[in-house]
Amino acid sequence: MLAYLIRRLFAAAVMLVVIILVVFGIFFLVPKWAGVDIATSFVGKQADPAAVEAVRVKLGLNDPIYAQVWEFFKGIFAGRTYAAGGDVTHCAAPCFGYSFRTEQAIWPVLTDRFPVTLGLALGAAVLWLIFGVAAGVLSALKRGSLWDRGAMVIALSGVSLPIYFTGMIALSVFAFSLKWFDAEYVPLSENFGSWFGGMILPWITLAFLYAAMYARITRATMLEILGEDYIRTARAKGLREQTVIGKHAMRSTMTPILTMLGMDLGALIGGAVLTESTFNLPGLGREVLTAIKTQDLPIILGVVLITSLAVLIANLVVDILYAVIDPRVRLA
Amino acid sequence: MTAPLHEPTAEAAPSPAEEAAAVSAGTKAVQGRSLGRIAWERLKRDKLALTGGIVVLALIVISLLAPVITSLVGQDPDVYHEDLIDPLFGTPTGSLGGISADHLLGVEPVNGRDIFARILYGARISLLVGFLSAVVAVILGTVLGILAGFFGGWVDSVISRVMDGLLAFPQLLFIIALVSVMPNEMLGLTGTSVRVFVMILVIGFFGWPYIGRVVRGQTLSLREREYVEAARSLGAGQLYILFKELLPNLVAPIIVYTTMMIPTNILTEAALSFLGVGVKPPTASWGQMLSSAIDYYDSDPMYMVVPGVAIFITVLAFNLFGDGVRDALDPKGSR
Repeated sequence: MLAYLIRRLFAAAVMLVVIILVVFGIFFLVPKWAGVDIATSFVGKQADPAAVEAVRVKLGLNDPIYAQVWEFFKGIFAGRTYAAGGDVTHCAAPCFGYSFRTEQAIWPVLTDRFPVTLGLALGAAVLWLIFGVAAGVLSALKRGSLWDRGAMVIALSGVSLPIYFTGMIALSVFAFSLKWFDAEYVPLSENFGSWFGGMILPWITLAFLYAAMYARITRATMLEILGEDYIRTARAKGLREQTVIGKHAMRSTMTPILTMLGMDLGALIGGAVLTESTFNLPGLGREVLTAIKTQDLPIILGVVLITSLAVLIANLVVDILYAVIDPRVRLA
Repeated sequence: MTAPLHEPTAEAAPSPAEEAAAVSAGTKAVQGRSLGRIAWERLKRDKLALTGGIVVLALIVISLLAPVITSLVGQDPDVYHEDLIDPLFGTPTGSLGGISADHLLGVEPVNGRDIFARILYGARISLLVGFLSAVVAVILGTVLGILAGFFGGWVDSVISRVMDGLLAFPQLLFIIALVSVMPNEMLGLTGTSVRVFVMILVIGFFGWPYIGRVVRGQTLSLREREYVEAARSLGAGQLYILFKELLPNLVAPIIVYTTMMIPTNILTEAALSFLGVGVKPPTASWGQMLSSAIDYYDSDPMYMVVPGVAIFITVLAFNLFGDGVRDALDPKGSR
């Protein structure tokens, strides 16, 4: 088990480094290839050459790419100092640099946006796990019934609807026409009730899409497993149907669901870009979208790093749970 | 076989005619039913999948004929009809977003462009990106998956790690990032065509590991089969075995994953255009229509309903068809 854990941790760390390198590659090399100067995007197109050069020196853009990557890593753990002649800025650890547009330090922006996205992702995950898995299991057990068909039609529609469209419909019907919920985001630290009220529509919208996906997968997996020999054996032993389903079948059904949950949750924590844009939630996803449109590299790097970390941690937790549920994994 | 039909039989044995029919059907089944034939027989019985398939075909025809259809109804996707707009609110005059005999699906707020024409032109972008990015993913996934599965060793390790890595990536973020840093002119392409080209490449690139994994797994199990060994013992080369012996047996899973990938890709394209990094206005695309409709969700709800429903119908049709194809080609055939 320990060796398995260490191997997974090591793989996760390697992955993180690779992701940082790729992001650097995308945002430093592609513009260079396309003939766009990052320093000009920082100062503005009409700036005089001396100012552009000063920015280039200060941000270390003249250094070779490996030196820039190294400086970036160093900044995260030890802080870094930007200097161009007499112009010196010190950035304490964890330093992700400064936004090209607003000149704010990145780290406080990240810690400010993160709770919004985390709340959205976790709340929705609870909803979609409960409803998605329950619907899928019931459908599998009552295969071919009216319930099964109805649930699967709804689920197929759910996965065919773009989330921003569902969100807009939800806003139009429940927030605008019926006035059941507020469409306003209030930070959790300000007022719990208002935060909760403002999050209900985003949660339901996001959970609807994922519940539909999970219901389909759960149903398919459950049906496959109900056909396995060991289920027949369990029934032949005279176990109660409740035990056969609840203990024997559910355990195997949950393994692929867990894998999906890890990936989905990680990806969402890193920024539910579409949901946040639709409901105007000030989370990581909206932040990074703005940053991408304005080519604000330091913010993009910061968010992508957080996202990748979230995905990796979620996968790691899933891998560990996996080993707990399925003993075969530990031996592999 | 000339026994009189009225002769009573001890058991309810099938009549000779029936028997003969059963025998001939049986031999036919043994002789001539290929996998494709069996799958087609199954697919024909699946009403939902057929409906999906017909809608998909209709959509393809509609998007190919978009210029013809729009000129037949006398509309153009880029012509402004400001006379149909309420000058005070900027929303279309008339009920339901300005639906009329001239404008079948109403007009856009502010500039009054015909929504029907824009939906038809938007279908071209959606389907083009959906199909071609799936093609990119299938080619990459099949080639790399088959190589990984067949050669094993370090080739397999490298390709598998890359696939794991890509699957663990925050994909949407990377797609958005890549699409937005790509230059607006390349390889002699400009404007809309370069955006479409970039989306096809990027979406396809992030899609190949899904197919690659399946193909690799199948190849791993197929390469140990007797017929591969037989081919090898007859002196067949590696390439011959790869393309003549293995590839034909991988066609079924590849088709299944391709049909399931197209609707996802259509959704991704719509999402990119919705977020403003896909096709740029004034070119019509469904996602971008929805993103401008978000400001009118209270004053002109029809504006968001039309492109939303268009995406929904398209993706649903592809999903129904894809599910049907999967069931038809699934060797277990139980689901």
